[in-house]
Amino acid sequence: MKQDIILAGVGGQGILSIAFVIDSAALMEGLQIKQAEVHGMSQRGGAVQSHLRLSRDPIWSDLIPKGKADLVLSVEPLESLRYLDYLAPGGMLITSATPFVNIPDYPELDKILAEVRRGGNAVVVDSDKLAKEAGSSKAQNMVMLGAASNRLMLKTENLEEVIRKLFEPRGEAMVAMNLKAFALGREAGRAAA
Amino acid sequence: MDREILLADEAIALGAVHAGLSSGYSYPGTPASEIMEYLIKLAERDKGFRAAWCVNEKVAYEEALGTSFAGKRALVSFKHVGLNVAADPFINSALTGANGGLVVVSADDPGMHSSQDEQDSRYYAQFALIPCLEPSDHQEAYDMAREAFDLSEKIGLPVMIRIVTRLAHSRGPVQPRPARGPNELRHGAWTDWTLLPGNARRRFNLLTDLQPGLVRNAERSPWNRLELNPQDRSLGVIAAGIAFNYLQENLAGASIRPSWLKLCVYPLPEAQIRKLVEHVETILVLEDGYPLIERSIKGIFGIPGKEVVGKLSGRLPATGELTPENVRKALGLAPLPARTPADLKLSGRPPQLCQGCPHADTLNALKKALESYPKPNVFSDIGCYTLGALPPYSAIQTCVCMGASVSMAKGGAEAGIHPAVAVIGDSTFGHSGMTGLLDAALADSPMTVFILDNAIVAMTGGQPSYATGAGLLKIVEGLGVPKDHIRVITPLPKNLETNVRIMKEELDHPGLSVIIAVRDCIQETRKKK
Repeated sequence: MKQDIILAGVGGQGILSIAFVIDSAALMEGLQIKQAEVHGMSQRGGAVQSHLRLSRDPIWSDLIPKGKADLVLSVEPLESLRYLDYLAPGGMLITSATPFVNIPDYPELDKILAEVRRGGNAVVVDSDKLAKEAGSSKAQNMVMLGAASNRLMLKTENLEEVIRKLFEPRGEAMVAMNLKAFALGREAGRAAA
Repeated sequence: MDREILLADEAIALGAVHAGLSSGYSYPGTPASEIMEYLIKLAERDKGFRAAWCVNEKVAYEEALGTSFAGKRALVSFKHVGLNVAADPFINSALTGANGGLVVVSADDPGMHSSQDEQDSRYYAQFALIPCLEPSDHQEAYDMAREAFDLSEKIGLPVMIRIVTRLAHSRGPVQPRPARGPNELRHGAWTDWTLLPGNARRRFNLLTDLQPGLVRNAERSPWNRLELNPQDRSLGVIAAGIAFNYLQENLAGASIRPSWLKLCVYPLPEAQIRKLVEHVETILVLEDGYPLIERSIKGIFGIPGKEVVGKLSGRLPATGELTPENVRKALGLAPLPARTPADLKLSGRPPQLCQGCPHADTLNALKKALESYPKPNVFSDIGCYTLGALPPYSAIQTCVCMGASVSMAKGGAEAGIHPAVAVIGDSTFGHSGMTGLLDAALADSPMTVFILDNAIVAMTGGQPSYATGAGLLKIVEGLGVPKDHIRVITPLPKNLETNVRIMKEELDHPGLSVIIAVRDCIQETRKKK
């Protein structure tokens, strides 16, 4: 049993927080983990991705080989399309519908979303709306984690426990907001499937 | 002790602490920064050792060397090009030897994710005649950091740990073991540590005498593991460091069963390589960086009756990093079936300066100030402002190495470029811009140096800068820049016109001037809120 996940987004969108929650929950469940991420110059407002591998057996490569990913989870629609060739045939694409436009030649959103849905097996979530409903547009990463949680080989209560720990230093309101974002995302992910 | 999920950078830091570290020194640089970040975090919990950012890598190395002289254990870490800066003490420390354990971590960046070259630190270890350990995973990163200190003290030499970006910035499980305490104070012998020719010759002879023992150490190391397949003598693979993971990833479920040598300890384990070469017809070498192993075993004449393939032969790309895919291809395996890429043109999203970044205001003003000159040149340095090379700024024309902006501007000015402008951040100025500015001040060269003082090492995540604020101003004055031509500006959109005017005044000055643009990094300003 294994799960190979490509996390995608734009620097500053909180991809590494998603990775941290999944990693920590996997550690609680005694799984093997490898997670390769991008730091430094490559992260400033640019495309970022993280390769996250979970398994009951030892994991070799830190990078997911092209064709082995079970899931691409993206906090940004254009970014979700960059890593399609990592997906195994039949692999799933879960993405936010909210574009992050910081480049002059950003493609039309309709075309992006059509491309997302073209291969089937895609879940598109209005993460901005749900994050705002939870309290802040900054919680989009937790909305997307929630949307993917239905498919992760991890217990939801463990993910929630890590979210609690992650935001505890910033106060109870932050914890509650992020847990709500996670729950709304989870609901949306289930409904969209 | 509980299993932890750590970056390999962090695993090395933890291993060093558990090996009885007394001091860790470093200068920030991707992908090595997280070693010191983590050491500092650990030092806050456990006051038993010192962990500090230094002004540059040479200083860091020399501080570590002083610790080793004192009989205590020191870790010095930096990115691969940092070793260029520290090369002088590094090479010579192989002659002084290590009194307390001395471990140098050099983090290479094949593929140049965040670097100006993809030089291979293993050559430096070979050049200095010291052992090099190259972990393949997180547990090895931890274990090798501990082992490196033992080895350093056993053989009396510094030991290198070489990692690459993909491991440095990957998280994985580490099982720590109980820690040991630091060494007692014990001075080194002056005859070993004073490299006058008489001492240095004796020490160099000793170093060369040690070499066969270092090869035997590599041959005996359990991290160099040879597996021969008696049923198949066609292919043998030498896989160094994380290349071993890409090999095993691709062999899982594959039809081929090559013999292999996992190679993680240098100098090259000659006996094991010989056994593998004798056993097979074709030797495929998988190594991140330059083809060090491939070139070593192939030599000029090759091996009669055998084929050696890798980066040098063209079986693998000569540049860039190894990936599961290019290793798969090199093994002769068909690509895995995968979903087809998107049919839409996906616009690139390069890194860029943050919204509200003070550098953006400085660069915009500088561009405007330079408009009226026919052929100006802006020599830049290493930092976030290097992104000023890209649109929408397109404001800088060179970026080479730490500190080069100032010295290159002087050379350019003396060759006739006008205006010759240098752009350098406060931390990079402290690192190696000061010496160039002293030279320029002595000659009163016709050039303008911009020091972008954002009070932090921004690009690597906000480490402290040591040449900032009032101290920076004193340094610039002290180096001999005329006071009338030291100007301080505040880079803000509302100050654009004023700043352009000040810049033009100094660009027209026929001698040296320095403009210090002072405003805190926007990331740090946000954090403080």
